[in-house]
Amino acid sequence: MSSFRLLFEVALALMQARRKQTIVAGVGVLFSIAMFITLLGFMNGLNMLLDGLILNRTPHVRLYNEVKARPKQVSEEYFNDTSKKYFVSSVRPFKVRKDIYNSASILKSLQQDIRVAGIAPRVSVQVFFTIGSIDLAAVVNGIDVPAEIKLFNFKDYVPEGNPIDAMNIPNSIILGKGIAEKLMVQLGDMVPVTTSAGERYTLKVVGIFQSGIADYDKVTCFASLATTQKLLIQNSNYISDIQIKLKDLTTAPLLAQEFAKKYQVDAEDIQTANAQFETGSDVRSIISYAVGITLLVVAGFGIYNILNMMIYEKMDTIAILKATGFSGKDVQSIFIYIALTIGIIGGVCGVLVGLLLSYGIDQIPFITPALPTVKTFPVDYNPKYYVTATVFAIVTTYLAGYFPAKKASVVDPVVIIRGK
Amino acid sequence: MSTSIVLQAKGINKFFSDPVPQQVLKDIHFTITSGEFVSVVGKSGCGKSTLLYILSTMDTDYTGELFLDGEKMSNQSESTLAAIRNKKIGFVFQFHYLLNEFTVLENVSLPAYKLNALPKEAIHDKAIQLLKKLGIEHLALKRANLLSGGEKQRVAIARAMINDPIIIMGDEPTGNLDKKNTAIVFDIFKELTMEFQQTLLIVTHDDAFARNTSRTIVMDDGKIVESGL
Repeated sequence: MSSFRLLFEVALALMQARRKQTIVAGVGVLFSIAMFITLLGFMNGLNMLLDGLILNRTPHVRLYNEVKARPKQVSEEYFNDTSKKYFVSSVRPFKVRKDIYNSASILKSLQQDIRVAGIAPRVSVQVFFTIGSIDLAAVVNGIDVPAEIKLFNFKDYVPEGNPIDAMNIPNSIILGKGIAEKLMVQLGDMVPVTTSAGERYTLKVVGIFQSGIADYDKVTCFASLATTQKLLIQNSNYISDIQIKLKDLTTAPLLAQEFAKKYQVDAEDIQTANAQFETGSDVRSIISYAVGITLLVVAGFGIYNILNMMIYEKMDTIAILKATGFSGKDVQSIFIYIALTIGIIGGVCGVLVGLLLSYGIDQIPFITPALPTVKTFPVDYNPKYYVTATVFAIVTTYLAGYFPAKKASVVDPVVIIRGK
Repeated sequence: MSTSIVLQAKGINKFFSDPVPQQVLKDIHFTITSGEFVSVVGKSGCGKSTLLYILSTMDTDYTGELFLDGEKMSNQSESTLAAIRNKKIGFVFQFHYLLNEFTVLENVSLPAYKLNALPKEAIHDKAIQLLKKLGIEHLALKRANLLSGGEKQRVAIARAMINDPIIIMGDEPTGNLDKKNTAIVFDIFKELTMEFQQTLLIVTHDDAFARNTSRTIVMDDGKIVESGL
């Protein structure tokens, strides 16, 4: 019989002798692992949902022309003397074109860039919808519909109608839910639109857009690039924004700088645009990890206590094992095996129970008008949590077993045997 | 079996510091040769049990030298000593000290499992043989805590013998038994020396028991006053 098997059998026998306590310790581990997984899965499901609300629709890098003052005033350039100060009052932004210069070749160049996962050009126009005597201001975003569906899950935000129709049907529009309610129109209806230049058009409603952010839905509509360019009376090269999705999100700030320099445009990266979202989800993650780890540590103390008690109760057994030729190290191994057995069995059952609980939460209906695509509570089934929980369970139980085991290994058999 | 020195103690001293500094063993010299049935007697507190635990290698806190089977035991590592105890020394205590979680058969087999020299079946066969010799083979599959005191002590003897040790030590093995069981245990010991030339070293304060052994060492106040030779 191998040494491991022998020591493991002794460990099993000791656990059987204290079956109730062993089960209590195991259930402690099970409970903490299950809660750890459920908590993190649920927390992160919500996190992903909330982040997704913004991040899914936010390009990693956005190229556009910003209205701003000249970086260097003409007077400075003309006199070119840094020892003197020039004061120019009432500085105004200089005239910039709203569209991106040479957009066709920029798009082509970006498509060939291997760091770019996809691009979606946009052009936006201010319009008014007229209902009776009231004018409702809104923005029509001209989009490349297939690219938006692919890159920014556009389809998820169009609960009514098919977004691809905006491209296939000429003079069509996808209205924001807020606007559609105010205009009291439905799919297939025609809506009159006045552009800021005063041109009037009639567009067919082919979809209702709902982002989950009510204010946004009150002022935002979508149409195909071609339809929007027509509203602006511009040709098909007129693009005001280029939205870029990168393969690696973290490179966005660096690439934004690079693109700005290369294409002579303004560039904004997602980290700068949405810094607060990352902070929010990081904090939520930290809190859920802290709670989960606390649960595991408490379970670890449970195991520590039970093993300590077991050692006091089983002093005679330890003494006899030592007297008959088991070394201190063997005795230590026995108690570590006990701890690890509790940890592994408790951990594995905990993972299963955690999965079941997560699945249960996943079934609870969660219907909110703000989130059109969500029907039940969101749960993240990332294997990362299951692996973390299992590893942590084993490490905690090992540590919880290590100190009592160390104590057992130095029990002096003479003291026990003579002490009777 | 030719007679050879099994156990040799050279100038063993032991001090207790708690509660007051006190020398409990004073310059102990003696040897035990194979096949001897030695008893150690003396008044309570004369150091005979202390000596036994030093000789058994379980107590390492002493000065002097101890040789077992020609091998020096002093200053060996804890795990080496554990391995030597496993292979060469059998132990019978005053209280049987069986593991209640195991059956009699497993209790007897445990030191042999640890030694790992034989396959499990061979160990079980050997354990059954021993139990048969001690007249308790019918108890083999019973849990140890269901046995009577005399039965438990016989199981402990079987366990002490499972690895064919060169010496069996006993600390008052009959101290907790009634007359009838004491006689049974003594007869077993006697038989072991007669039939198998088993070396035995038994600490006792039962004078009748000691008288019947082949050699009696008398201790008083930490010293050997009579080596029995």
